[in-house]
Amino acid sequence: MDALILQILNGLDKGSAYALIALGLTLIFGTLGVVNFAHGALFMIGAFCAVTLNRLFNLSHEVEVPGETDFLGNPLMRDVPYLYDIVGESAGAAIIDWSVPLAILFAIPIMIIVGVIMERGLIKHFYKRPHADQILVTFGLAIVLQEIIKYYYGANPIPTPAPDAFRGSFDFGAMIGFDPNTIIYPYWRLVYFCFSVVIIGAVFAFLQFTTFGMVVRAGMADRETVGLLGIDIDKRFTIMFGLAAAVAGLAGVMYTPINSPNYHMGMDFLVLSFVVVVVGGMGSLPGAVLAGFLLGILESFASMREVINFVPGINQVIIYLVAIIILLTRPRGLMGRKGVMED
Amino acid sequence: MFGLEKKDATLLLLVAALTIFAPFLLNPFPEGSAMAQFNAGYPDLMQRFVIFGIFAIGFNILFGLTGYLSFGHAAFLGVGSYAAVWMFKLLSMNVLPAILLAVVMSGLFALLIGYISLRRSGIYFSILTLAFAQMMFALAYSVLTPITGGETGLQLALSDPRILDGGTADGNLPVPGLFGLEMRDSAQLELGAWVFTFNIGYYFCAIVMLLAFYLAIRIFRSPFGMMLRAIKSNQQRLNYTGLNPKPYTLAAFVISGMYAGLAGALMASMDPLAGAERMFWTASGEVVLMTILGGVGTLIGPVLGAGAIKYMENIISKINSDILHGWFAFLPDGLEDFIVAVIYPFIGKGWHLTLGLIFMAVVIFLPGGLVEGGQRIARAFRRKKPDTPKSAKTEPAE
Repeated sequence: MDALILQILNGLDKGSAYALIALGLTLIFGTLGVVNFAHGALFMIGAFCAVTLNRLFNLSHEVEVPGETDFLGNPLMRDVPYLYDIVGESAGAAIIDWSVPLAILFAIPIMIIVGVIMERGLIKHFYKRPHADQILVTFGLAIVLQEIIKYYYGANPIPTPAPDAFRGSFDFGAMIGFDPNTIIYPYWRLVYFCFSVVIIGAVFAFLQFTTFGMVVRAGMADRETVGLLGIDIDKRFTIMFGLAAAVAGLAGVMYTPINSPNYHMGMDFLVLSFVVVVVGGMGSLPGAVLAGFLLGILESFASMREVINFVPGINQVIIYLVAIIILLTRPRGLMGRKGVMED
Repeated sequence: MFGLEKKDATLLLLVAALTIFAPFLLNPFPEGSAMAQFNAGYPDLMQRFVIFGIFAIGFNILFGLTGYLSFGHAAFLGVGSYAAVWMFKLLSMNVLPAILLAVVMSGLFALLIGYISLRRSGIYFSILTLAFAQMMFALAYSVLTPITGGETGLQLALSDPRILDGGTADGNLPVPGLFGLEMRDSAQLELGAWVFTFNIGYYFCAIVMLLAFYLAIRIFRSPFGMMLRAIKSNQQRLNYTGLNPKPYTLAAFVISGMYAGLAGALMASMDPLAGAERMFWTASGEVVLMTILGGVGTLIGPVLGAGAIKYMENIISKINSDILHGWFAFLPDGLEDFIVAVIYPFIGKGWHLTLGLIFMAVVIFLPGGLVEGGQRIARAFRRKKPDTPKSAKTEPAE
């Protein structure tokens, strides 16, 4: 039982990332009808927003340490971040420590701007072209974005730590009444899961309970009619694209402490996220979220020693296997509507 | 000639001439000169040109004619490589049985994967092929290590049985050959400052590519090719006329899978090892890039695209900032540094950035790829001759 719970927990953080990326992909597909292969790159750009903010905070200058000298007798120099000069040392240290959560605020405007530029500058011209062209051009864009990041940040992963308060693990098993030390879970993964639930909830609430969301949903169902009612649906869809980019970016920001960001993390997640979207059902938002968590948890179950001993290599292929089975037996996915992209 | 129309025969002869004289054409700069780094006429790269040309020709038979975008074609290349290396290990270092087995094996895999994947179309087909290829990659990398060599890849060993060859006399690893002709042997010709290398392996690959190209022309012009085009343009109408498109698409899928296997076998024949990374999805993406860049659905396009990408990968990536400084040394210092700083991200290790930008530009402006670009230029020139330039402007060559 405790092993089961542990695997479910382990699957949650990866599942959260899948769900967030797949949610953005589905938002874009559902509103604009575009298959966006550059969505993984947006996830990566989000992660590098966190890296950038961390580096900005750490910009420093050298200061003499009064009364101390190094072994040659010269005054001892120490790097002091500019931030310390502005807000004082203790507050500055706290801000640097919390740079990853703070990067959320930093990433939201950047991601929305990136998303809107992408939609207005490139993707707008591809609405009337076949899906294959959309896949190809966004694939090319993904390569370009990835290479730009690689040029400025190098090819190596950049460790970006979580705040001190969330480092380390806690004994989840003891909290819910199991033996101690059976279910050890890192704090940050729990934070990530809660964060993704909040974001997913916010997106659904936004679509469900605001007028803007209502118009967007109406546009998803029948774009033409909404346009005929005198609503500028294109503008709202552009904003939705920006929001989807922000969702992917936030998923990336918060993922940095779990996995040090590198330039190809977007592509790694993209392939799996597409599988998630297809399993969930093209164009279905709840389907994307459900499939994201489901596949994340399934993947972690498949990595259990007992399962691997029984079916060797299953942990490597489980997601693809599930995707193949779903696509063949239920082509519109778990919760997809009939007639979406079946031509 | 050869059952081809005059236009196609000319194209075939042109390609034949280009491949035969490639060692000259690709080495236009004298050895040791500043431009010598742009020479692509060394055996390793020339082999890659033709091998990836075969891969792209095969991919084009599927994607160009039927419109089914497979994102997992590198899997068949990998299968071909593994099959060929196993043939080298077990039977003989002769490349012919290796190629034969590779083509048959990749054909069988393509039959299985194609039969399942072709039940869906559009993006679902792409995801299915991607999923199969990623599964094969993951398995080859981990569980199937006894067959595939896992992370180190499949290599030859002295202890391999090699039933027909027996052991080697000098205790070295044997090299692949064709009835005594070793694939790695080269002849060099020095003409003044120029050095030209003629490699047996390259010419073998070139002949195979010409055969593959000839076959592709025949497929393009056959009733079967017509049927594939019909599938691309309107599958529903084909259904209503009472024709089942499935066997035709499956045949195209298997043929293109066999082309990929052939390319994989040739790769193994030039350098007898096979690794799982050949099956990774980025390798599948690369062949898509090649085909699109050259021109989807055209005969010569994929070969051009393969050549362009492999040239960039091997030549552009070698330019570093010192070389750039050398080129712009005649400019004033500040301007020189500025220009080098502007160009630097696009060359050397950043060649993928150039590739991505070119690829995007092609998809946006030239959906027909390099071939369409060439046709537009040719048309513009042809129009200018009889007309005045002014009237050519009023009727842009669209």
